[in-house]
Amino acid sequence: MVIGLKDGFKLFGIFIMCCCAVTVCALFLNYNKDLAGLNQETMDGMALAMYNAQVMTGKVVCAVSGGCLLATTVVLLFFYIRNYIHTHKKELGILKALGYSNFKIAGGFWVFGLSVFAGTAAGYGIALILMPDFYRIQNQEKILPDFSAQFHPLLALSLVVLPAMFFALLSVLYSLKKLKMPVLDLLKEKTTWKVRGRKERGEKGRKEGREKEQPFLKELQKSTLGASPVLVFFIGFAAFCYSAMMQMSASMEELASAFMGAMMMIIGVILACVSLFLAITAVINGNTKTIAMLRVFGYPAKACSSSILGGYRPAAYIGFAVGTVYQYMLLKIMVTAVFADVDIVPEYHFDFKALGIAFVSFVLLYELVMWRYAEKLKKVSLKEVMLES
Amino acid sequence: MVQVKNITKSFGNGDNKTEVLKGISLTVEDGDFVVILGASGSGKSTLLNVMSGLEKPDGGEVLYDGRNIAGLSDAELTKFRKETVGFIFQQYYLLPHLNVEKNVKLGAELAGSRDYKKVLEAVGLGEKMHKYPHELSGGEQQRVSVARALAKNPKVLFLDEPTGALDEATGRMVLDYISSLQKEYHFTIVCVTHNLNIAEMADTVIRMNSGKIIETYTNKEQKTAYEIGW
Repeated sequence: MVIGLKDGFKLFGIFIMCCCAVTVCALFLNYNKDLAGLNQETMDGMALAMYNAQVMTGKVVCAVSGGCLLATTVVLLFFYIRNYIHTHKKELGILKALGYSNFKIAGGFWVFGLSVFAGTAAGYGIALILMPDFYRIQNQEKILPDFSAQFHPLLALSLVVLPAMFFALLSVLYSLKKLKMPVLDLLKEKTTWKVRGRKERGEKGRKEGREKEQPFLKELQKSTLGASPVLVFFIGFAAFCYSAMMQMSASMEELASAFMGAMMMIIGVILACVSLFLAITAVINGNTKTIAMLRVFGYPAKACSSSILGGYRPAAYIGFAVGTVYQYMLLKIMVTAVFADVDIVPEYHFDFKALGIAFVSFVLLYELVMWRYAEKLKKVSLKEVMLES
Repeated sequence: MVQVKNITKSFGNGDNKTEVLKGISLTVEDGDFVVILGASGSGKSTLLNVMSGLEKPDGGEVLYDGRNIAGLSDAELTKFRKETVGFIFQQYYLLPHLNVEKNVKLGAELAGSRDYKKVLEAVGLGEKMHKYPHELSGGEQQRVSVARALAKNPKVLFLDEPTGALDEATGRMVLDYISSLQKEYHFTIVCVTHNLNIAEMADTVIRMNSGKIIETYTNKEQKTAYEIGW
């Protein structure tokens, strides 16, 4: 078959997403489970309020972080599968031509669940290592009775094995849907772009005399963005993660502990870097021929790279702004609603200093990455690209 | 006028070093239709790449009206390609997510040309300018690449196996388009091929083998594919 076991472990982005999601969820859910084992009847008013607040925090954090990362992992998985089918069209076409059914071929895509398994297992392992410190910090004011981390097999199964099975099944179903195309289209590696919507709008605009003539590079930038909206999403998501987690980590140091702050910052930076790396690599790989052709025709290297990469900048800054609003809302709700009855939690105010630091560091990081890739684009060998066909 | 003087080019290092061009010299007059003929591996595509500024030679000179492009920097070569040459490749290399009109605009905008639609009409694609490459046949796609190359008003048009991916009838039609457009726009053509029929259409034919020119001859007059009975 075309898909080997090693392909299943190659999805680095999915590995990281799952690892981060399971680390966070395992810490809070395990804590909640152990917390539930405490005798509430022996607790005083303050302890009970703390107990309720921590249970609620665990639920909110798992729902928000886990849900957000789960949704992103699904998008990422679909992106990988679509990309895999696109780059292996010929081999898949041959299999279909030989008589393999769509279902039989799609069945092989279960291996993509292996990356999920590797990620969830690693995430659970990290959570187990962090658990003693996490428990200590969660109860550092000694408001609740002392309790230690217990291993919950059902929780481990739910966080490690079930997601892997779910994603393996999802991979099979999604690839089954994507493989439903004529054999000849696969064999001829026929590219069919989803252009109908834009085309119809364009034709309607022309008829109504609304469509304005734009410079070619501007039109190229628009069509590059339109050709793969998922990449726009991932660049926005990278900025969102960076913004939200960096600012939240600064607030967490004050509201909770330095440990929580550091954990958030590490997760935020990892998620942002992985998403940005994946998206930009996909942009570069998908546009190498376009850039080579532009340069063959005499467009300057700087104009080529800015027409391809420059279009993603607004998505990045919008992602950053959304991340800022998101973290503010989340912390505000947590402090004012969830921890309302707990006296030791200080009042939360928007942290402008954290915003400034996060924004400046994000601009530096983003522009540095873009500059680095623009330099890489300049080195695209025209001849090598022309020889590939 | 394009003059190539004693060009050498090798690939690889040490024992794996292959000398692809072994001291090639030739002259192409303005408005000429030159065909470089040779079998696979004869060095003809490398010669085209060197002549067009896509690749730098190891030694020798490539002179455009007396100006040597072999020693130009990348930025200067980019400017040279922008102002002087056009390309048509065997695989078309159209940008798949841009429609025909915008693909041609890629070339036109470099020359500051606004009448690229006229070129599209000239290659018979006026009605299909809003179609996307995957909606066109191979011949139509190659005509788009012809229009794209001509829309930038090149002084020299380089063709690398322009009919290699087309069936015989379509290839003939595409070449007739190029030939008739040359008469209208008066550009120079340098075409690399192993197709003998294309050689019969040219003014000058240069035959290559193992990195050397083995024969140069001129046809009495340029002919269309139809006239040579292809």
